[in-house]
Amino acid sequence: MTPLDKVEGRAIPFGLKNVDTDVIIPAHWLKTTTREGMGRGAFESLRADPDNLFDSADFKGAPILIAGDNFGCGSSREHAAWALGDLGIRVVIAPSYSDIFSGNAVKNGILPVVLPQSAIDRLMEVATTDPVFVDLEHQTVTTQYQDRFSFEIDPFRKMCLLEGLDEISLTEKSDAAIGAYEAKLDADRPWMRPAA
Amino acid sequence: MTRPRTLYEKIWDAHVVEQRPDATCLIFIDRHLVHEVTSPQAFAGLRASGRTVRRPDLTIAVPDHNVPTTPRLDAAGNKLPIADPESAAQLAALEKNAPEFGIRYIDATAPEQGIVHVVGPEQGFSLPGTTIVCGDSHTACHGGIGALAFGIGTSEVEHVLATQTLLLQPSKTMEVRVEGEVGPGVSAKDIILHITGVIGAAGGTGHVIEYTGSAIRALSVEGRLTVSNMAIEGGARAGLIAPDETTFAYLKGRPYAPKGADWDAAVAYWKSLATDPGATYDKSVVIDAADIAPSVTWGTSPEDVVPITGVVPAPESFADPSKQAAAAKSLAYMGLEPGTRMQDVPVENIFIGSCTNSRIEDLRAAAAVIKGRHKADNVKWAIVVPGSGLVKAQAEAEGLDRIFTDAGLEWREPGCSACLAMNPDKVPAGERCASTSNRNFVGRQGPGARTHLVSPAMAAAAAVTGKLTDVRELMA
Ligand code: SF4
Repeated sequence: MTPLDKVEGRAIPFGLKNVDTDVIIPAHWLKTTTREGMGRGAFESLRADPDNLFDSADFKGAPILIAGDNFGCGSSREHAAWALGDLGIRVVIAPSYSDIFSGNAVKNGILPVVLPQSAIDRLMEVATTDPVFVDLEHQTVTTQYQDRFSFEIDPFRKMCLLEGLDEISLTEKSDAAIGAYEAKLDADRPWMRPAA
Repeated sequence: MTRPRTLYEKIWDAHVVEQRPDATCLIFIDRHLVHEVTSPQAFAGLRASGRTVRRPDLTIAVPDHNVPTTPRLDAAGNKLPIADPESAAQLAALEKNAPEFGIRYIDATAPEQGIVHVVGPEQGFSLPGTTIVCGDSHTACHGGIGALAFGIGTSEVEHVLATQTLLLQPSKTMEVRVEGEVGPGVSAKDIILHITGVIGAAGGTGHVIEYTGSAIRALSVEGRLTVSNMAIEGGARAGLIAPDETTFAYLKGRPYAPKGADWDAAVAYWKSLATDPGATYDKSVVIDAADIAPSVTWGTSPEDVVPITGVVPAPESFADPSKQAAAAKSLAYMGLEPGTRMQDVPVENIFIGSCTNSRIEDLRAAAAVIKGRHKADNVKWAIVVPGSGLVKAQAEAEGLDRIFTDAGLEWREPGCSACLAMNPDKVPAGERCASTSNRNFVGRQGPGARTHLVSPAMAAAAAVTGKLTDVRELMA
């Protein structure tokens, strides 16, 4: 996973509330075999409109997405995080997220920043014309004006994102403990291995 | 003396590899079932990071979600092509990934192929006291033999493939006790539909449910798998039923089950897993088996259950305003008017199958109702999809396939089929289906499809009359 520290660039002033994972990536995209290319399916129904934000000259490839309350609700599909990542999004800024979505986002190297609605409103305004700066180390979102918003993040998630650590790498640090468990299981309950 | 523990706590404790400073534990996974839909990206992830599968011996791959249920071989024994390119790509990926990572693979054309949750217990791969995961939310099914089994997402599939573990928070425990004897025409499916109606779709959230009581003990293993299968529809992470003599008799001699002295050691261990006297659950619900009627759903949540003798409820009849709104929306989608007798609702489609109800006992129950009868003219599409090739062969040996086809029902190849309609088996928009599957969500059986969840015998009864029907009337 690519480590994430400072992200700066255009921020898509999307702002919609209760965006469910079916809007982020429609169900028919579940029938794929790779994570790559899923960005094409991201926000497919909204992007059917030729004047949509996502494909506009200003925001195409923008690394930051500003959204409304309860972003990523609905079905637990992890494809939503893959689709955003493939679209080039590294940071989402919203007042709240579904639990499953924010977990999936972090697992896939995307930072879900939580800010109050007043901050979101201000950022939406700035984002229409100017870039936004996100600093994970210092937990701030700033603009080239006087704006400076601090956000909270779980220290474990922060460390994973900063170091680009995925959960598998973390668990691999427990390799010896897993090996010891396996050895003890084979000794205590050898019949647990499939017989055939 | 150690503190009395529940079945869940015993299985959990036996699988802790490491405990983190918070309550999170690294839990060892004994069995991993892999299918074509949630695994391709996991294998791709392993490949990209140069990782291998830690315990291929604890993993089985079998295609089921996407496979067509029409014949898979031509007359000459050659594999027929899969029409849908995306399904074909997922199936081809599994066929390639499994051997590449050293995992046992059951091909779609093999006699043992079937729905993951039917194959696991049937092969003796799923065992009591084990932890089992699969990238499908109805993995709870295996709790019917006393395994702690739950569904996981693709990242977790990759995590289990690479490390054979998962990081988990312990769940709370809930007991659902069903005491007494069920009446005629009431099956395991009716028990779990009734339970879901009583506790609600969120009643088990954050909990693992242990089903206890004489009505549960009286069930066959097939019936127990049906009950535990739908634990998730009550919001629970997993379901559990303590293994007993019924379980042992079912598993003995199955291909992957322990043999000889190992078998005896295993049974002794399994017997020690039952919840200790004096152990407490975080939550308990008691249900009188005599209250359970043949049941049917009217809405788009599995908690929307009424007895077949009941009527479509009015949204105002619910106390909770958000439930009132949800019910009104459900009824609009389902095209139903409050007060309509459930038995007056016509159905055009019948689906007998899915990991909830596609085992031999289910097919026998449906065949017993349909034998010597014919499907009604208004029933346009009626398919019977056995849960595995072995179930199919057994049913054919008993002549069940002929009973179905003589009655005008189609006899298909095993797979998930119209449970989630990812393959070509879909219910047309606006039409109803009496279905033995587990989810009546909007669009689950196809865009706009209207699902009524029922037992196999009730689905058979609906096929005969062309409307939702009290199977007891056909049994007289
Ligand atoms: S039959 Fe349905 S619930 Fe069961 S494994 Fe297949 S898709 Fe999942």
